[in-house]
Amino acid sequence: MATRLNERLRRLWQMIRELSGDDAYERYLTHLSICHADAEPLSRKEFFQREQHQKWNGIRRCC
Amino acid sequence: MLGAAAVGGIALNRGESINSMWFITAALCVYAIAYRFYAAWIASKVLLVDPTRATPAERLNNGHDFMPTNRWIVFGHHFAAIAGPGPLVGPTLAAQFGYLPGTLWILVGAVLGGCVQDMVTLFFSTRRNGRSLGQMARDELGAVGGVAALVATMLIMIILIAVLGLVVVNAMKHSPWATSTVAATIPIAMLVGLYMRNIRPGRVLEGSLLGVVLLLLAVAGGGWLDHQPLLREWFNLEGLPLAWFVIAYGFAAAILPVWMLLAPRDYLSTYMKLGTIVLLTVAIIWMQPMIKMPALTQFTDGSGPIFGGKLFPFAFIVIACGAASGFHALIASGTTPKLLSNERDIRMIGYGGMALESFVAIMAMIAATVLDPGVFFAINSPAGVVGKEAVDAVAKISSWGFPVTVEQMSLLAQQMGESTLFARTGGAPSLAVGMASIFGSAFGSGLIAMWYHFAIMFEAIFILTTLDAGTRVGRFMLQDILGNIWPKLGETSWYPSILLSSGIIVSAWGYFLYIGVIDPNGGINILWPLFGIANQILAAIALCVATGILIKSGKLKHAWVTGLPLIWLIIITTSAVWEKLASPDIRVGFLSAADDLTTKLASGILPPEKAAVAPTLIFNLQLDAALALFFAAMLWIIVLDMLRICIRHLSNKPVPPLSETPHQITQLEEAWQRD
Repeated sequence: MATRLNERLRRLWQMIRELSGDDAYERYLTHLSICHADAEPLSRKEFFQREQHQKWNGIRRCC
Repeated sequence: MLGAAAVGGIALNRGESINSMWFITAALCVYAIAYRFYAAWIASKVLLVDPTRATPAERLNNGHDFMPTNRWIVFGHHFAAIAGPGPLVGPTLAAQFGYLPGTLWILVGAVLGGCVQDMVTLFFSTRRNGRSLGQMARDELGAVGGVAALVATMLIMIILIAVLGLVVVNAMKHSPWATSTVAATIPIAMLVGLYMRNIRPGRVLEGSLLGVVLLLLAVAGGGWLDHQPLLREWFNLEGLPLAWFVIAYGFAAAILPVWMLLAPRDYLSTYMKLGTIVLLTVAIIWMQPMIKMPALTQFTDGSGPIFGGKLFPFAFIVIACGAASGFHALIASGTTPKLLSNERDIRMIGYGGMALESFVAIMAMIAATVLDPGVFFAINSPAGVVGKEAVDAVAKISSWGFPVTVEQMSLLAQQMGESTLFARTGGAPSLAVGMASIFGSAFGSGLIAMWYHFAIMFEAIFILTTLDAGTRVGRFMLQDILGNIWPKLGETSWYPSILLSSGIIVSAWGYFLYIGVIDPNGGINILWPLFGIANQILAAIALCVATGILIKSGKLKHAWVTGLPLIWLIIITTSAVWEKLASPDIRVGFLSAADDLTTKLASGILPPEKAAVAPTLIFNLQLDAALALFFAAMLWIIVLDMLRICIRHLSNKPVPPLSETPHQITQLEEAWQRD
C-alpha cells in the first residue's frame, strides 16, 4: 500500500518535472547516450542556453 | 443526458437568477459529448488517423525540437501555448449582451469550429513534417495564399499587442498598488532568469518557485506601498505616461536576450495561469455563485456602452479566443506536431486542448456575470459614454434599468483597495472584481483587496509575456520579409537588424496603443473588435487551407466538417467589416465617426482639449477602416484561391500536389510511455 502510494507520488513528480522542463538535461543525456554515444555532451549550462534560444525562435505564445 | 438537462436548466430559468453551476455542468457535458462522438468521428472517418504511421517526431527525432513526447506532456505544452489573456477579456466584454449569447457561442463555436480547426490543422501539419500554416497555404493553394497568411498573421499580432497593452494600462491607471506590483514583476523575472541561467543552470522548478513566492510578496508589498503617502504618488500615474512606459518596456524586452526577461516570465505566467484557473474552478464549484446578469440585455440592438454594434455579428467577433481562434493554428502547426509520438493523440491534444480553453472562457463569463449588472456597467463603460462624474455615470446606468449608487461603487472601490472603479475599461478590472468577490467569499473576505490585486497582477504578467513574445515573433517575420530586400537584414541575430525591426514593430503597436489611450471613448471599443475580426479571419484562413486539403484528397462529402465553420466565419467577419465601414452609427462605423468628428471640428463645438486630439483621431479612424477592408480583402483572396483550386481539382485539371509525407510504419512500441 505504502509503496504503491510512493510509486504514484514518484510518477507524479516525474510528470511535473517533465512538464516544466526541469529534467530536460537528463533526458538530453539519455538521448545522447542512446543515439550518439560518441558525441561529447554539452554542459548543463550550455545545454540550457541552447534550448532556450531554440524555444523562442518561433511562435510560442498565443492570445 | 446531464448536459441536456443542464442546458434545459438554463433555458427554463430564463427571467430569474440562475446558478453558475448550470453553466459549468452544461459546458462540461457539451465538451464531453462532442469529444467522445464528434471528435472521434472526425479523427477516424474524415482524417483517417493512423496509429501505425510514424510521426515526424519519430522519423526526424533530433533530441530537441523533434522528439516523441508523452501525450500529457504535449497536452500541457500545447495548452500553455494556446491559452492567453484573450479568453478572459472577450467574454467579459460580450457580457454586455447578457449571459446567453456569449455562453452559447463559446460552447457551439468551440465544439463545431475552434476545436475542429485546431485538430485538423494539427493533423495536416503532422502529416507534413510540422510545417507552418503559411507554408502549408503556399504548398497546397499557391503563393498567394502563403503571402496572405503571413501578412495577416503579422497585422493580427500588432493589433493584438496594442489592445492587450491598453488593457494593462487601463488596469494600472491611477492605481499605485497595481502599478507598483506590475513594476515589481520585471526585476523578479530578471532575478529568476539569472537564477536559471547562472546560479543553478536549468533548475526550472526551483527558479519558478522562487519567482512565484516573490510575486505573491510583491502583491502584498504593493498594498503596503499604497499606504505610504509619498511613495504612492510615484506610482499614481495617468494613462498616457503608463502607455509610454509600456511601449519603452516592450522595446527593451524585445531587444534583450530571452533568458533575461521573456523566458523566466513565461515560466511564471504559466504557473500563475494554471494555478489561478484551478483556483477559480474550485471557488466557483464550492461557492456556486448566482448569475445576476439577465440572459439578454437591451444592448443587443447595438447601443451597448462597452462597444457599439448589434448582437449579430459583434457577439461572435468580440469572443474570438474561447470559441474559434485563428492564432491557435499557428501553434498547432509548427511547434506541437514535432512532439507527437502517435497520430492517435491528435484528438486529445488538438480538440481537447481547445475545449479546455473554451472552458476558461466560460469561467470568465461567470466571473463577469456574477457581478451586479449596474456595477459591471459602471466599471466597464468609458467616461465618454456615461460621463466623467460619478453622479452622472450612476444616473445614466441606473436609467438603463441596472440600478447602482455612488455609495455602492465607492464602498466596492474601498474594499478592493482602489480610489475609484468607474470607467476602468478593458475587462481586466471587472474580471478582477468578479474573481476577488468569488475568491473572497470562498476563502475569506478579509483579503479581498489582496485577491483583486493578485488577479490584476496575474493578468498583467500574462499580457506582458504575450507583448514581448508577440513583438519578437513580429520581428522575425519582418526580418524574413526585409531579408528579401537586403539579405543582411534577414539575419535574425545581427544587432542593427534586431534594433530596426523591433523598433518598427513596437512603433506599429505603440501607435495604436497611444491612440487607444487618448481616445475619450476608451479605445477598447475600437481595438477589440478589430482584433476579433483579424483573429477570426486567420481562423478562416486556416479552415480554408484545411478544406482545400480535404477536397484535394478526395473527401468532398466530408468537406462540410471544416466548410461549415468556414462559411460561418466568412459571414460574421465580412458583415462585421461591412458594418465597420458602412454603418451610419458613429459608435460602429469608422468612416461615419470620422465624418462626424470632422464636422464637429469644423463647426468649432468641440472643447479645446478634444479639438487638439481630433485630427489624430480622425486619421486613426480612417486607418482603422483601411485596415478592416484590407483584412476582408485578404480573406476573400484566400477563399477564392481555395475555390479555384477545388474547382480545378474536381474538373480533373492539374493542381499543386498534396504535400503529405509518405507513409512509414512506426517503430515505437504500442505501449510506449502510455499511462
